[in-house]
Amino acid sequence: MHSTTAAKKTKRPRGYRRPETLVDVPTHYCAGCGHGIVHRLIAEVIDELGIREKTVAVAPVGCAVLAYDYWRIDVTEAPHGRTPAVATGIKRVQPDKVVFTYQGDGDLAAIGTAEIVHAANRGENICVFFINNTVYGMTGGQMAPTTILDQKTQTTPGGRVQSVHGNPIRVCELLATLDGSAYLERVALSSPGNVRKAKRAIRKAFDVQLAGLGFSLVEFLSPCPTYWRMQPVDALRHVDQVLAKTFPLGVFKDNTASEA
Amino acid sequence: MESGRLLMAGNEAIGEAAIRAGCDAYFGYPITPQNELTAYMSRRMLEEGRVFIQSESELAAINMVLGAAVSGKRAMTSSSSPGISLKQEGISYMAGMELPGVIVNIVRGGPGLGNIAPAQSDYWQATRGGGHGDYRTICLGPSTLQECVDLVYLAFDLADKYRNPALVLADGRLGQMMEPVTFDHLPEPNPPEKPWALTGAEGREQQSIKSLFLNEDVLEALNVKLGKKYDEIEKNEKRHEEVRMDDAEICIVAYGTSARVAKESLKRARDEGLKVGMIRPISLWPYPYEPIRAAADRVEFFLVPEMSLGQMIEDVRLAVEGKKPVYHTGRVGGNVSSAKEILDALHDCCEKN
Repeated sequence: MHSTTAAKKTKRPRGYRRPETLVDVPTHYCAGCGHGIVHRLIAEVIDELGIREKTVAVAPVGCAVLAYDYWRIDVTEAPHGRTPAVATGIKRVQPDKVVFTYQGDGDLAAIGTAEIVHAANRGENICVFFINNTVYGMTGGQMAPTTILDQKTQTTPGGRVQSVHGNPIRVCELLATLDGSAYLERVALSSPGNVRKAKRAIRKAFDVQLAGLGFSLVEFLSPCPTYWRMQPVDALRHVDQVLAKTFPLGVFKDNTASEA
Repeated sequence: MESGRLLMAGNEAIGEAAIRAGCDAYFGYPITPQNELTAYMSRRMLEEGRVFIQSESELAAINMVLGAAVSGKRAMTSSSSPGISLKQEGISYMAGMELPGVIVNIVRGGPGLGNIAPAQSDYWQATRGGGHGDYRTICLGPSTLQECVDLVYLAFDLADKYRNPALVLADGRLGQMMEPVTFDHLPEPNPPEKPWALTGAEGREQQSIKSLFLNEDVLEALNVKLGKKYDEIEKNEKRHEEVRMDDAEICIVAYGTSARVAKESLKRARDEGLKVGMIRPISLWPYPYEPIRAAADRVEFFLVPEMSLGQMIEDVRLAVEGKKPVYHTGRVGGNVSSAKEILDALHDCCEKN
């Protein structure tokens, strides 16, 4: 975050082009964090769809609270977990705009559970990009609603125990039961192939909104090497080999087929 | 909607006033005694082609208001005491993000679930910020249904003018009672330009609206800026009514429903030869300290009838600065003092004094 000059001098790989929607500044994210990848993917899709000047985003409380510093689009903050309610207010009075929320697992699946369930249930025509890294990062690595069993966190020092701490919440599966949700997919940021799939999911979510089909959510299994106490490469393996067992990848809802 | 004088319930009159003020979006959640307002909006907002949502909670409702305000639109939510407590989080964020919005509180008995009868026990919450952080909300206290109409309209204008949440503090009696009202005198709404609104970064740099400022000096600068705005509101927006204060030797200070009842007590006291006057604060924040302070040099004592154990009385004491006795009277728990009870309190105070 403080090495602006160093970043400017960094040689970029051939063929690299920064999306117009992505601001050219170093981010505050830790090494190996998945947020930067998703920020970039969203920016690329916004560029490709040509919707940069009609998009309004809602940033969460959590690691991504500073997202407005990284996207060249209008972004508002929201109180913790109320992100989908704020997005609802924006979209209902500006139906011609493209509105998305960007939320972590604490924001979306703990303090904001009511808001996400009811936004989905109303079929709000918004996109939700949900970063599931199974931990509260901003506050120092506490148990999240998606923390998997046996995972050690600041508040589950002996690992998450079902009888004491309950079970990880599977958000896509939960929201798939609601008739208002139009498109739900879980992807992983664990490999170049999976990152490309993640981008396709983002693109589809925006397409769903642009077609007026209703609520879409993409869940990203995202590495948090810092609070998993792992090397970044090990964290990517952990996403594939461990997290994907509790949170299977795939499409959980797709109403686009029936509309086509 | 017809013109002329209409007999309406308070909750419905408040809803119609919001529509006349150009409210683009209304978000509500059921709670007695304000349900008629949400029901009215569910019909009328759709008739007008505007936004109505029955939200999943008070938290969601105020944050939908926040989202509509971020978009530069006029928005309102309403509730009653326990629901207003839930909205405090959103109101604090709106104050920090400098967002306009109107919040109507049809106050009921508390604390906790209390009951569904009228009360004035949310005065402290309404006039002292209510949520966390160093902020103020504009707070208007109507005492008739026509004033409900006029102050709801004004609340939208003031909220926009100062980019600040504005509360209308009524109570269960005002919400439920019927009185003739008119909307004919209300001008066409004329909201100011809102270049700060998030409407997509078309032809301009991106912008954001936030209340997070991690750098102490930057947050301090916001706090100081807010302070200056609150000073400006205090300078410009104090409102009160005086009744028979020209020759008054005793001064009643009351707002809202208590002031309605106290007006009758005042009349009866005058019939007995007691020179009673009344100062009725209309803006509860900013509070009209000056007329009360001026009266402290002329009257013998103050009586503050409230439907609480005594909340606004603290503002009266701040104004009087110990120069004269300030007495409280009132019923609580959802009860409303009768004109006779306030008159009896006046007699008691005369004896004490």
